[in-house]
Amino acid sequence: MSQPKTKDHAALAEAFIQDEERVDWHDGALWYIRAKRDIASKSIPEWEELREAASQIKSNVISNLHGYLLQFEANLKKNGITVHWADTPEEHNEIVYAILKAKEIDQMVKSKSMLTEECGLNEYLEARGIGVINSDLGEYIQQIDNEPPSHIVLPCIHKRKEEIGELFHEHLGTEKGLSDPTQLTRVARKHLRNVFMTRRAALTGVNFAVAETGEYVVCTNEGNADMGAHLSEVQIASMGLEKIIPQKKHLGIFLRLLARSATGQPITIYSSHYKKPREGQEMHLILVNAGRTRQLGRKDFQNSLKCIKCGACMNTCPVYRKSGGLSYHNTISGPIGAILAPNLDMKKHADLPFASTLCGSCSNVCPVKINIHDQLYKWRQEIVKEGHASSTKALGMKAMAWTLSSPEKLDKAGRAGRWFMHKVPFVVNNKLNPWYKQRDMPEGPKESFSEWYLKNEK
Amino acid sequence: MNVGLFIPCYVNQFYPQAARATLELLRKMGVNVRYPTKQICCGQPMANSGFEHLAQDCNNTFIENFAAFDYIVGPSASCILHLKDHLHSDTQEAIATEIRGKVYELVEFLTDVLKIESLDAAFPHKVGLHHSCHGLRGLRLAQMSELNAPDFSKPQQLLAMVKGLEQVPLDRCDECCGFGGVFCVSEEAVSVKMGKDRVADHTRNGAEYITSSDLSCLMHLEGILHRKNSAVKVIHISEILNATL
Repeated sequence: MSQPKTKDHAALAEAFIQDEERVDWHDGALWYIRAKRDIASKSIPEWEELREAASQIKSNVISNLHGYLLQFEANLKKNGITVHWADTPEEHNEIVYAILKAKEIDQMVKSKSMLTEECGLNEYLEARGIGVINSDLGEYIQQIDNEPPSHIVLPCIHKRKEEIGELFHEHLGTEKGLSDPTQLTRVARKHLRNVFMTRRAALTGVNFAVAETGEYVVCTNEGNADMGAHLSEVQIASMGLEKIIPQKKHLGIFLRLLARSATGQPITIYSSHYKKPREGQEMHLILVNAGRTRQLGRKDFQNSLKCIKCGACMNTCPVYRKSGGLSYHNTISGPIGAILAPNLDMKKHADLPFASTLCGSCSNVCPVKINIHDQLYKWRQEIVKEGHASSTKALGMKAMAWTLSSPEKLDKAGRAGRWFMHKVPFVVNNKLNPWYKQRDMPEGPKESFSEWYLKNEK
Repeated sequence: MNVGLFIPCYVNQFYPQAARATLELLRKMGVNVRYPTKQICCGQPMANSGFEHLAQDCNNTFIENFAAFDYIVGPSASCILHLKDHLHSDTQEAIATEIRGKVYELVEFLTDVLKIESLDAAFPHKVGLHHSCHGLRGLRLAQMSELNAPDFSKPQQLLAMVKGLEQVPLDRCDECCGFGGVFCVSEEAVSVKMGKDRVADHTRNGAEYITSSDLSCLMHLEGILHRKNSAVKVIHISEILNATL
């Protein structure tokens, strides 16, 4: 499903950074959440043990995925839930469409599903005359602005309240200049309430699917998943294959980790368990592959399937905080997105593993201990091997490797470099040198350490 | 104890004073230290750019230069971490493995191997400590704020031995400066913004000097400070630990 290449991360980030005040505010908002996460995680003495336990449970799932999926499927059926399997995003969308069409439903409310964003479900259904309303407030705001979410937990974190006020004025008829969050939320709630009351179908994502019992759990802070599901005739859940956990008792570990990592809350306001349809209701669950088994087959990257989508790696990532989620041009942005995306389309996402300083904060904040920055390093090797590095970069690297390959060449290059800096600084200090654009070059000393050492110590 | 002094290529060319301070400091501690003059780059610039396969010459030259030493010490956390994690050889993997176990960043060598408890150093200035990410999270020179674990800091332990030095607190104690090797040019806008924000944290809190065990971060921050005509200076930790009045 290779799509035309848009601007790369560096260019999109540069555009975002033009508005420095916005960047500072974006950075500050996410850092505030990271700090809340620190306090919440440090309030539990057994935090690191929880992370280790969660990581091991997910390792077990990854190693035995086939068995757990079959167990889950059997239990879902026992509970009266119809099970569907989708290998591709298209298959997933076709299944949803077929369910709705059979019931002659032309409106659906949706909540908490990055997977359906990944599949492009809204556009697919809208093209077939079916309206979809995102009920999560942040996602709703993104939807009326015709923009994808920029963060998996905080979908419109890059927007200021004044901008949201402007959007509401345009689309929901609020008075111009209204930017008070409480008042805006009230307006959105009124609109959404009407949506909840009139839609016959509701789709949700899945945070945790329990193989042992055939139930699934959806975590929200707004209760919007429940509002949709409880009033619907047809309830659909879409989940990636990796969302399985073996037993119900494991939920305690993941629920404690998820909210603390995501927002610094002890637990999400609603952790809703869904197990069987109520009378007169239909329940469908779609198990979606969409590249996950391919990632499972990549030994160096299969750990990425442990992800519980808490967003902590985004909040902690200084590159994400300064460049904004949309600069990652992928549904899942930030560090975790940068290791998931090349699996989906290596050419299109070849830039993303390079959008990191490899500082390692992501790996250490991750509640399930995904070695994110190691995987970014490994993707870089893979992407170059597969020929997705630009030819200029490849040439530059070859030249660099040649220069650095012997002490004589390196010494000559160093001496030449320092000579240039002293005699003709404009050769290095010009706009074609991206280092020099906003930074000065180091002042080259007259003598390198080796020159000094040979003179004085030998 | 025979120690081989590893001086990263950019330190050799641009920051010889830090290399000399490292040499002098180790000698003050009574270490028998020698600088193999045929050494080259550690190979990290290629490896972090996805061209690890082009770093074979660097690896082999490193092995030739340093195999004979008991310890290898260098004033750059990032290069040392790269060697510890990625030094391999097509032909001498056993020696490469042995070397990976005996390379040390200067600070960890002073605290963990030499276990020094006092220093005859003085630096009467306000200093901000910049943790390089590779030193902090890679070499574990200090506790990172992400983990729920007891606090410690090897560079701080050493700086506390320096007379007159006042360490300034930072608002974000272990945030990345945005250097990131080739990242600093391939993602120029983000890199500079990160660097500007790091510098602001130090200056806001009254630092006269920014120090670190990684000169690469300092080179980036220095470039930003210079461009702003700031009076704040960068200084490698070896220069502080080796400073006298």
